[in-house]
Amino acid sequence: MNPLILWFHKLGSPPYFYRFAGRWLPWLYTLALIAGVIGLYGGLVIAPADYQQGDSFRIIYVHVPCAWMSLFVYAFMAANGFIALVWRIKLSETLAMASAPIGAAFTFITLVSGSLWGKPMWGTWWTWDARLTSELVLLFLYFGVIGLYHAIEDTRQAARAAAFLALVGVVNLPIVHYSVVWWNTLHQGSTVSLMGQSKISASMLWPLLTLTFATHVYFFASLLARSRVALLELESGKEWVRALASATEPNHA
Amino acid sequence: MKPGSTSAACAALLRRDLTLIWRRRGDALNPMLFAIIVVALFPFALGPEPATLQRIAAGTIFVALLLAMLLSLDTLFRSDLEDGSLEQLVLSPHPLALLLACKIAIHWLTTALPLIVIVPLLAQLLHLPDRVLPVLLVALALATPLLSLIGAVCVALTVGMRRSGMLLTLLVLPLIVPVLIFGAGACNAAQTGLAFAAPLLWLGAWLTLALVLAPLAAAAALKISLT
Repeated sequence: MNPLILWFHKLGSPPYFYRFAGRWLPWLYTLALIAGVIGLYGGLVIAPADYQQGDSFRIIYVHVPCAWMSLFVYAFMAANGFIALVWRIKLSETLAMASAPIGAAFTFITLVSGSLWGKPMWGTWWTWDARLTSELVLLFLYFGVIGLYHAIEDTRQAARAAAFLALVGVVNLPIVHYSVVWWNTLHQGSTVSLMGQSKISASMLWPLLTLTFATHVYFFASLLARSRVALLELESGKEWVRALASATEPNHA
Repeated sequence: MKPGSTSAACAALLRRDLTLIWRRRGDALNPMLFAIIVVALFPFALGPEPATLQRIAAGTIFVALLLAMLLSLDTLFRSDLEDGSLEQLVLSPHPLALLLACKIAIHWLTTALPLIVIVPLLAQLLHLPDRVLPVLLVALALATPLLSLIGAVCVALTVGMRRSGMLLTLLVLPLIVPVLIFGAGACNAAQTGLAFAAPLLWLGAWLTLALVLAPLAAAAALKISLT
């Protein structure tokens, strides 16, 4: 078998994943921290002030990466939920459920930082604009997934039910993303585009992209840490967890 | 034993559900009473000036009806789960999605239709302009089946739980926000004399989509929660 495919199949096994995640965690956290510090320094100190918004435009360096992450994490959760439902892979259930609280946190930060940005710029903390509303709905969807997961006793059944709900909620993602295009709103359109020319100066753009990278790495680090714990809990009766527990506890050795 | 035809199974299910609801027809009045009381609370809270009430009338009626339906969603599978007939539905040789579609249709007929019938009364209570009433009725006729369909998927996910009321609200409300925005949006557009066809057409498009997909999704969700 192709070594890459073999590795991918091995990754689906909880003990293998546990060791793999344990090896990668410190590196990912370090990378996220370094990229985050560089990006924040670049954004808050080096980047020039905006000609119109002055220094308060710097909220973009928190707001925009978190907003992207709120969508990315949801898509990641839904993709893993789909894999869990179709191929019944236990690891995907764990990954989907471990990413839900992280995504909810990113969505919450997006709403709070946007609100802090809105006060000096628009003169209001909140407005019922399409993008704000759809982001709020996204937060409620995350809460629904988390709530459903915790309401069902059996962990695996709970994960499957919550994953299904996450899949149903995917309809909201394009609404959030295109809300500024479809409706004429107070929230500005996107200035950064993947393809073609971004409408932001390069001196302001690079810290933003660095921070976007940092938040992605942080998400994966946090995801691995959370799934490790979740896997230990889920597999607590299994041999490898018992071996692990007796290895770390010197009294029973 | 050879199973009967699928249409016979659907007819039997429809007849059974209607009989069950007819035997307890007093309960069927509760959503209507709930909607009337909720709408009556607004004049108490906001003051009785017709101009104020007129402005919020369409949205208030919309929200009151959606809440009334939401509270009744809980009963969609409850009694069937308790007496074991829900498992029989899942085990039956007929397509589960079709059987669930029958149940959803019954739910809509017995809760949403009576609610729509009393909408003219609610509209009078809140001084809704007469020209907006037809738009409101059409919007509700499109929005309430959507709620029944989307709600059924969420009920199917929470079916085994003892206290699912609050959680069900948390699951359903985010999903029906677009329905509310477009439905109430059409009414508000009609009230201010703007074109109101586009949001109604959107609702119709979603309803068509949900009619096809929601029973399938509800069947999949039910199989997850009954394993």
